[in-house]
Amino acid sequence: MRTTFTQLENFGHSLNAHAYVIQPRVVEDIHAAFELAKKEGLTVTARGAGRSYNDAALNGGGIVLDMSAMNLITAWNPATGVVRAEPGATLEMLWQKVEPDGWWPPVVSGTMKTTLGGCLSANIHGKNNFKMGTFGEHVIEFTAILPTGAQVTCSPKVNADLFHAMISGYGMLGIFTSVTLQMKRLHSGLLTVDALPVQNLSRHLSALQDGAPHNDYIVGWLDTFAGGRSLGRGQIHAARYLHEGEDPNPRETMKLKNQILPPYIFGVFPKSLLYQFMKPFANNLGWRMVNIAKYMASLRTHTFRQAHAAFHFLLDYVPNWELSYGRGGLIQYQSFLPKETAETAWTEIIKLSQKRGMPSYLGVTKRHRPDKFLLSHAVDGFSLALDFKVTKSNSKPLSAMLQEFDKVVLENGGRFYFAKNSETTAETAQAFYGEEAVKKFRKLKKRCDPNGLLESDLYRRIFG
Amino acid sequence: MPDTQKPLPATPLNPRRRAIVLGASVGLGAALSKKLIQEGCVVALVARQKDKLDALCSELNQTTGETRALAYVHDVSKYQEAPTLLKNIVAEIGGLDAFIFVAGVNYPPGGMDKYNFENDRKMVEINLIGAMAWLSPVAEMFQNAKTGQIVGIGSVAGDRGRVGNPGYNTSKAGLHTYLEALRNRLTRHGVNVLTVKPGFMKTEMLNAAQGGTPMAIEPEQAANEIYKAMLKRKQTIYTPFFWSYIMMVIRHIPSFIFRKLSF
Ligand SMILES: Cc1cc2nc3c(=O)[nH]c(=O)nc-3n(C[C@H](O)[C@H](O)[C@H](O)COP(=O)(O)OP(=O)(O)OC[C@H]3O[C@@H](n4cnc5c(N)ncnc54)[C@H](O)[C@@H]3O)c2cc1C
Ligand SMILES: NC(=O)c1ccc[n+]([C@@H]2O[C@H](COP(=O)([O-])OP(=O)(O)OC[C@H]3O[C@@H](n4cnc5c(N)ncnc54)[C@H](OP(=O)(O)O)[C@@H]3O)[C@@H](O)[C@H]2O)c1
Repeated sequence: MRTTFTQLENFGHSLNAHAYVIQPRVVEDIHAAFELAKKEGLTVTARGAGRSYNDAALNGGGIVLDMSAMNLITAWNPATGVVRAEPGATLEMLWQKVEPDGWWPPVVSGTMKTTLGGCLSANIHGKNNFKMGTFGEHVIEFTAILPTGAQVTCSPKVNADLFHAMISGYGMLGIFTSVTLQMKRLHSGLLTVDALPVQNLSRHLSALQDGAPHNDYIVGWLDTFAGGRSLGRGQIHAARYLHEGEDPNPRETMKLKNQILPPYIFGVFPKSLLYQFMKPFANNLGWRMVNIAKYMASLRTHTFRQAHAAFHFLLDYVPNWELSYGRGGLIQYQSFLPKETAETAWTEIIKLSQKRGMPSYLGVTKRHRPDKFLLSHAVDGFSLALDFKVTKSNSKPLSAMLQEFDKVVLENGGRFYFAKNSETTAETAQAFYGEEAVKKFRKLKKRCDPNGLLESDLYRRIFG
Repeated sequence: MPDTQKPLPATPLNPRRRAIVLGASVGLGAALSKKLIQEGCVVALVARQKDKLDALCSELNQTTGETRALAYVHDVSKYQEAPTLLKNIVAEIGGLDAFIFVAGVNYPPGGMDKYNFENDRKMVEINLIGAMAWLSPVAEMFQNAKTGQIVGIGSVAGDRGRVGNPGYNTSKAGLHTYLEALRNRLTRHGVNVLTVKPGFMKTEMLNAAQGGTPMAIEPEQAANEIYKAMLKRKQTIYTPFFWSYIMMVIRHIPSFIFRKLSF
């Protein structure tokens, strides 16, 4: 079994770890990797596309299974919208397969580079979480290999406990080998999008809550620099699918060439270079200007039509945008709060970040609903994702500030998302998951992985 | 295996570089370990004397309030143990950013007319072959990872063959050459190789040495200078710096004169 000692990073390039990387091509390779790990006394972590902002797909000093080569779409039925694929297949491969036939993945992340295995493990949410729930809610069935060597098939009915724990389980119980998903029917390649400004946090949250029932997707941008009466101001984008007949030529709008954005801006400027030009802005003053300009531009309420891919994956069209944050990279702090306490908690958090002179550069809000998965991050409320630049000099004070944020979130009944969160401690994690969920998880862990082979840096941080 | 708990993994805001110091129980190795711990690294301290290592680790962990110093007992002349121990340490400290080979012995033969093959052999076995036993798997790891830093502690004594201690001179000259070869192999892969040539340091080794040991410095001073050179990713340094002038002269003394000198 070939292993290569490699330095891996988190998505934000703010953390690295060395590991022996193995790239399985067939299921037998995964068995062999477990055998090797046992023999060598090493731990194992699966890695999809490495799009987690934190330590979820890192395993310092251990074995990392790079799942990206197991990426076939093994079955697709355009009549029923049921698709089966290997875990290394990406959302990009998935939507490009199903969209021309008039279907769309019911839940997608803000980047299409993520793999199905990663999406299952984190149980990702989209801008339609309030309506469609999480990724896991559209899984018909999956197969996985446990560290014991057992091969299991799970669905909401069969092995239901494992189904609800492995989805949201960050690869800590087993390795996905195949997943069967239900896609959603489309009647057009376009969405109708409303854009409207919101003047403060209270209006921001009301707009999300009131807008949600009338829309298929809703997402907010929050101006992290605005304070005082304008604290929490921003812009809401709410989008709806087109009904049957609304699009006179759906076959045409669903064609891939009408979804994919061109690689050039203004027809001449290559996007692959864009991040270099963003670098000078990646400081407090630069991002303040960007936020102000963005708010000014958002003041006009308007409605337009946009291709699905453009609406969902805008970030992918600025390749390597995360590199514009410079050498220290970036982290994201995403907190989930019940609708009753969100305003109080985030007012405190945003004020704190401004007072400490460490404003977030980008804030994004979403509307959520709870789900039945064991290590769920969801609430009946909202989430706010804040991006922070990491530098040598800010890492200590930023770390201290995030600990304060954690306290505010916890006190207000909030939760965290471990595809993003990189600093939260074991104590806080277990406090919000609750004793019962943690106990249940540990019991399953013992059953699926009695020798403790599956461990990531994230696992050691929050359960170790 | 250390009986202490595993160190906390790094996070973006609490970064931890990971280092192995071989020959960490006393002297320069202990001072370097202390320096690296102060700078926030997780450090595996390796040497033969368990009691010394344990005491040093618990002192270091107490001062930082974190488990970041871990002790491993090993004799570098047991070459076949190196790859497995390396793998175990890397698993426990969560990766490897720097490998520092300090271990060394110095057995002067006791006069310019004395010969002692057994001692010469031990010096080569520990100072040179011991280093190669570790540096070759470490170099392979770093070459694959395209990152990392290797530091080897040579000596001013390795720059010329002198009358006092041929075996020691040879072991250090061999180490310098081995490190240079690694540097030439690894620089293209983004790996830094630093050769350190200390003058005299006030350690146990110095007590055993025979003859004059002028201008000896504390090992802590050498450790600080080595750490600075690591940050700057230097290739070769003398510590303290003035030895570079002295050795420049000594390296250029023609053989017909050098043969007549008695140091
Ligand atoms: C720009 C950007 C936007 C994003 N937007 C969203 C968003 O809108 N909503 C959202 O919910 N998330 C979002 N994310 C987070 C992202 O969706 C998750 O981190 C996702 O898990 C990444 O998938 P991946 O394939 O890169 O997995 P990785 O990051 O490689 O791994 C994630 C986890 O999955 C496990 N894993 C991977 N493959 C397998 C397998 N085959 N079997 C078992 N375990 C496995 C890993 O061990 C790890 O714990 C975003 C991330 C980025 C970078
Ligand atoms: N002191 C000087 O003036 C001077 C000058 C130039 C160069 N140097 C070099 O600097 C380095 C450090 O010297 P020092 O003065 O600090 O010497 P020291 O005080 O004698 O320490 C030597 C260290 O090496 C370890 N070591 C020796 N043999 C070993 C073995 N077989 N296996 C594992 N570890 C072993 C020792 O640990 P254990 O005994 O616990 O194994 C100890 O930690 C040496 O390489 C030396 O040659 C020293």
